[in-house]
Amino acid sequence: MPGGGLVTVCGIAGFVGVPGRTAEDRATLERMIGTLPHRGPDGKGFHLDAGVGLAHARLSIIDLATGDQPIFNTDETVCTVFNGEIFNYVELRAELSRRGHRFRTESDTEVIVHLYERHGDRFVEHLNGQFAIALWDSRRRRLVLARDRAGIRPLYHATASGRLWFASEIKALLAAVPALGALDPRGLVETFTFWGPVDPDSVFRGVESLPPGHLLAIEADGRRTLTRWWDWTFPEQGGAPPFDSIETATAELRDLLVDAVRLQLRADVPVGAYLSGGLDSSGIVALIRGFTKTPVRTFSIAFEDAEFDESEHQQAMVRHLGTDHTTVLCSKRDIGEAFPALIRHTEAPVLRTAPAPLMLLSRAVRAAGYKVVLTGEGADEVFAGYDLFKEAKVRRFWARQPESRWRPRLLGRLYGYLEHSPVENAAFARAFFGQGREHIARAIFAHVPRWTTSQRALAFLSPEIKAAVGPWDPLAFYEERLPRDITRWTPLARDQYVEAKSLMAAYLLSSQGDRVAMANSVEGRFPYLDHRLIEFANRLPPQWKIRGLTEKHILRRALHGLLPEEILGRTKQPYRAPDAQSFFAGGAPLDFVADLLSAERVRASGYFDAPAVARLFDKCRAGRATGFADNQAFVGILSTMLLDELLVRQKREREPAESLST
Amino acid sequence: MPSDLSPIRDQVRGYILQNLLFTDDASQLPDDVSLLERGIIDSTGVLEIVMFLEETYGIKVKDSDMLPENFDKVDNIARFVARTVDRA
Repeated sequence: MPGGGLVTVCGIAGFVGVPGRTAEDRATLERMIGTLPHRGPDGKGFHLDAGVGLAHARLSIIDLATGDQPIFNTDETVCTVFNGEIFNYVELRAELSRRGHRFRTESDTEVIVHLYERHGDRFVEHLNGQFAIALWDSRRRRLVLARDRAGIRPLYHATASGRLWFASEIKALLAAVPALGALDPRGLVETFTFWGPVDPDSVFRGVESLPPGHLLAIEADGRRTLTRWWDWTFPEQGGAPPFDSIETATAELRDLLVDAVRLQLRADVPVGAYLSGGLDSSGIVALIRGFTKTPVRTFSIAFEDAEFDESEHQQAMVRHLGTDHTTVLCSKRDIGEAFPALIRHTEAPVLRTAPAPLMLLSRAVRAAGYKVVLTGEGADEVFAGYDLFKEAKVRRFWARQPESRWRPRLLGRLYGYLEHSPVENAAFARAFFGQGREHIARAIFAHVPRWTTSQRALAFLSPEIKAAVGPWDPLAFYEERLPRDITRWTPLARDQYVEAKSLMAAYLLSSQGDRVAMANSVEGRFPYLDHRLIEFANRLPPQWKIRGLTEKHILRRALHGLLPEEILGRTKQPYRAPDAQSFFAGGAPLDFVADLLSAERVRASGYFDAPAVARLFDKCRAGRATGFADNQAFVGILSTMLLDELLVRQKREREPAESLST
Repeated sequence: MPSDLSPIRDQVRGYILQNLLFTDDASQLPDDVSLLERGIIDSTGVLEIVMFLEETYGIKVKDSDMLPENFDKVDNIARFVARTVDRA
């Protein structure tokens, strides 16, 4: 690769607003960025001016001499701190140089300030990458915050003491404004229902997430403008087909996949890849092997428990691709013990333990000397891989003939990987999935069964928390946040949109993505989320994505010849890990679990109903919690209690008087 | 028959309250409310109920008996148990 200007792994923080004393502001910035050493342990950079401060934590990988941030434009009127990658910076730099821009460094960061000079706030539209950007325009005295299209890199903000504060992670905001250290009942309820808070909410009161594909400008007079500069969008149902044939589309898709992988391999450091044993990650590794000269080292997780383990398929791929491979064997105990560290990083409750093994995996990646991994994340959202999409297809098909006995039997072809499958009993599957038929015309139709299951955890909330939230119609709440024209899209397109926002951006890319990789200073890259691929796939007719009940049909075609038949023909097995059982050994809870879930602690925290939690605890301890609902409730409650312990209570005890928000 | 059913009904209700609703408050579970519609059980929830019945009453629930008609309400469950115990 030319030059080598990508600076991997960073954290940013800062503020804009009422001017303060320089020494104090500097100390505050130090404190903020000091909470993010995992995102950038090797160097810090600051920019302070009256009423504005930018800070940056950096992991030194390349371009040591000139890659420091903040980075300025030529006349030093625009400066930026940024976390992430601009994969097409080489092309952007060449184009800008042709137009007379002079560059002082080899870093991808520098193209940001030059693009801003040329295009104003529309600079973001030129970027192909994963990023959270803070840019200060000193002439117009305005701050611009921007976040990548899919929501890969995080960016939070809060308003206090006449200032807007921003940071890559919430803990940096708490370091500046301790009063933000309180959990928000609505954020909790959203997370317990949809798996993650709904944009722009977070689980901390007063802390907002800048939604993916959005740009927030704060002007000199304090005026704020939030602009959605990109979104997942789909054609209206019934329009003309955009391709001559599936063969043409497959060829175009293959070219795009190759190019996305090639761009994302831009790094001066060796690149690793995750291998789950499924189609998506195998495809990425096969593309690297087949179309680039980059040597690739692969990593995977194996479980002791056969229900979750995919190592047989991983090994088949390793044999096929001949990669140098590392397997991390993960036990229930490992998951339980890693859980507190996980929650310190996720800064949100989680309903499954699945992020924990990924945090242990990134540790192995780092230990092997790798700082960048490519993964298959995103393929299931972009090409419709999840059972949820197929389940919705069957439910819609069935709803056309509700009396049919045969149609609901198709549900039996889903969830084959589960030990306790929701479709194991045909009569009950029919009764369960037959519910919610009245929502068929609504954009949230596909998600009703999932949200119904997760919502059962709300029963554990304390009366006070329930009262604070008030009446709650989750379906209407979510619907209000969807694009107006969504019901004019095909049903699969609606399902994909809701999935891309609710599960992918709010949970998978965060708690199970950025946070667990950055925990060990590893950067994840996701070629399937290259926006050109998303835009391409969104134009495809739904039957090219799910053919009959075979998911990701066109992706399988595009990867044909690169993968062994057994992988190409494999049905999607979602990545999961042992849940409630991870917190008990021989019928006894791990120490921190016993402590946090004691009736006294649960009561004192005020979030949950202590007697109900005690019953759930007993059920899990006895190994009688078999369904998703109980497991999700248990993991959700435990992670909320941990969040309270790590980011609310401990903080309050450590820094009682350090509030700037008074 | 209702008088014979009430102990079974109480036990079943108690089990569901404690283990699926995690409460003692019997008002949360009227005998004629649909467990599926209320979101109290999904299809894995029914497996838990079946396990409880098999252990408590020494009965064997056949696959062909695993129907919403038998398991969707406390009343129906109690009737099913009484029938099955009689048959045995």
